[in-house]
Amino acid sequence: MIKLEKQSENNLILNIGPSHPAMHGTIRIVAEVDGEKIVNSDVEIGYLHRGFEKTAEYKTYHKIIPYTDRLNYTSPLINNHGFVLAVEKLLGVEIPERAQIIRVIMDEMARITDHLIDVAAMINETGAITVLLYMMEAREYFWDVFEHTTGARMTTSYIRIGGVKADVPENFRELSEYAIKKTRKILKEVDKLISKNAIFLKRTRGVGIISKEDALSYGFTGPLLRATGILYDIRKFVPYSIYHRVDFEIPLGENGDVYDRYWVRMQEMEQSMRIIEQALDLLDKTNPEKIQSEDINPNEAIKKVKNGETVPLKKIKLSPNLEGMEDNHHKKIYAKDKRFVPPSKQSVFNSIEGLVHQFLFVMEGYGIRPPVGEVYSFVEGGNGELGFYLVSDGSDTPYKLHVRAPSFHLMSSLSQMIKGHYIADVIPIFGSINMIGGETDR
Amino acid sequence: MEEVIKNILERFGNREIKYKDKDMWTFYPDKEYFFDFVDYIKDYGEFDILLDITAVDYLEWTKEKKDRFEMVYHFLSLKYNIRIRVKYTLKKDEKGLTLTSYYKNANWLEREVYDMYGIVFEGHPDMRRILMYDEFKGFPLRKDYPLKKRQPRIKGLNDD
Repeated sequence: MIKLEKQSENNLILNIGPSHPAMHGTIRIVAEVDGEKIVNSDVEIGYLHRGFEKTAEYKTYHKIIPYTDRLNYTSPLINNHGFVLAVEKLLGVEIPERAQIIRVIMDEMARITDHLIDVAAMINETGAITVLLYMMEAREYFWDVFEHTTGARMTTSYIRIGGVKADVPENFRELSEYAIKKTRKILKEVDKLISKNAIFLKRTRGVGIISKEDALSYGFTGPLLRATGILYDIRKFVPYSIYHRVDFEIPLGENGDVYDRYWVRMQEMEQSMRIIEQALDLLDKTNPEKIQSEDINPNEAIKKVKNGETVPLKKIKLSPNLEGMEDNHHKKIYAKDKRFVPPSKQSVFNSIEGLVHQFLFVMEGYGIRPPVGEVYSFVEGGNGELGFYLVSDGSDTPYKLHVRAPSFHLMSSLSQMIKGHYIADVIPIFGSINMIGGETDR
Repeated sequence: MEEVIKNILERFGNREIKYKDKDMWTFYPDKEYFFDFVDYIKDYGEFDILLDITAVDYLEWTKEKKDRFEMVYHFLSLKYNIRIRVKYTLKKDEKGLTLTSYYKNANWLEREVYDMYGIVFEGHPDMRRILMYDEFKGFPLRKDYPLKKRQPRIKGLNDD
C-alpha cells in the first residue's frame, strides 16, 4: 500500500505506473507534485513477484537453473553463472579451463546486451528513437551467437553445475567477431549522435545526482556506483573464472548523474568486447581434438535391418540437437568429478553404466547433494553485485536460497533521486537505473 | 589473517563472540552487543556497504537449533576489499534490530524480511509489506507456509 503524507494542501498527487510504457518492469510511483516539481514520493514494487525463493526450496539444484534465467532477463547468462558458482563453491568442484573461458565470453556478451537495452530504452524515452532501433540491431547480433551456442535467445539455461551445457559451435569465432565488429560500428554511431547532443546533455546532466556517501549507504554496486567515481568492480577486485587472465579497464564517472551512468555503460561495452576478443584467443588454445566419427546413424541402421541387411556393431551417432556434447567435448567442458556432472550423451546411449548414471543423476533425492553449510557467492551482474546466499541441509534441494538483487538496492534510492526534479526527469532517472522487474521482485 | 578481522576479534573476542572461517568470516555477536558491533565495523573497518539482509527459518532443520529464526547480514568493506557475515538468532515472536539509522538500504531490506518472515524490526520507521500485497495473510517464506496455498482474490476498487 502507498503511504504518502501530503506536505501541503495545495499540492497534487500524481500516480505514475504500474502499467506505463516508460515504467518498464512494472513499478508504481506516487508523487506529490508542486506544479511540475516533485516534493515527495513513494515507490511501490512487487508487481512481478513470483516467489522464486520459495519455489527454489522445493526444486533440485539443476531445476533451479531455468528459474534464474528469469531473474534479470536482459542478461540471463550472468544469472546462470552466479547461481552455479554458489553451488560449486559449496561442492568444491574444479571447473575445466575451457568451460571457464566459455562462461566468461557468454557473461560478457550478456553484459553487452544488458547495457544495450538499458541505454537504448533510456535514450528512447528522452526522445531519440533512432538509437533504440540501432541498438536493438546490435543486440540481435549477440542474440544470434546465443542462439547458435545455447539453443535459445533469452531463456538460455546454458551454464550448468560443473561446466556448461554443450561446447560452442564450430563457427563460434566468426559469429562473435562479426557481432563485435557490427556492434563497434553501431556504438560509434550512437556516440556521435548522442554523447555531445545538446538536447540529451540538457536532459541528463545534473539530473538524478547521487553523492558517493549516499551511493554507498544505499548499497549501490556496478555501473551506478562507478558513475559516482568509486572504483569497485568484482571482476577486478575479487576475480572469478578467468577474469584475472584478461586485460580490461574500469571506466569511472564523476558526478553520479544520469549522463555519467550512460557514459560508464557505453565504455563498459567496449571493455567487454575487449575481454571477449582476448578470451576467444584463449579459447582457441583449448580446442578439443577432432575425432573422425565412424558412428552409425540410427535411422540408417533401422532401414538396413528392414531390408534384411546385417548391421555392423558400431556406436550410435548423436542427434544434431546434441551437438557439442560428444565425448571429446564433454571432457573439456565438464568437471572431472563424476558425482556432480551428467554423463556424456554417448555413454548414456551406448552403455548401461552411463544410463544408470544418468538416471541417478536426475532422480529426485539422488542428484547433487551438497554438504551441510552455507555460502554467499557473488558475480558482477549487469546492474551490480548479484549474490546468491545458499543454505544447504545436505538434501538435494536447498534449505534456503536468497538472491541479492542489485536493482532492489538501486530502486530503494529512487525516491531520493527524483526529489526536487521535474516530472519529465523521472523517466530518464528511472531509465538509468535499469530496473529489471524479474530481479527486483523475484 | 587480515588486520581488520584480527582487530574485530581482539575487540569483541573477550565478549565470547563465536566466529568461524568457512567461505567468509562469520561473526555471531550477542544480540545486546549487535549495535556496538555494527558501530565498530562501520567506523573502524569501513564496512560502508550493507550488501544484504535476510533471515533463515530453522523450523524444519534436522539438527539442533535453539531459536527459530536467524538473521543474516553481509557487509562489504571497499577499503580492505573484504566481506563478512554477521548473525544473531531470534525466537518466534522476538523483534529484530533495525539498521535503518546506519544504512539507508536497510529500510527496504528489513521491509522484505518482515514481508517474507514476519519478523518485526523495532524502531523501523516504515514497517509494511513490500513485495506482497497488504491483504495477503501469513508470511510466505516461513517453513510452515504451504507451497501451494491459495488465497482468495482481493476486492477491487469498483467491486461491490
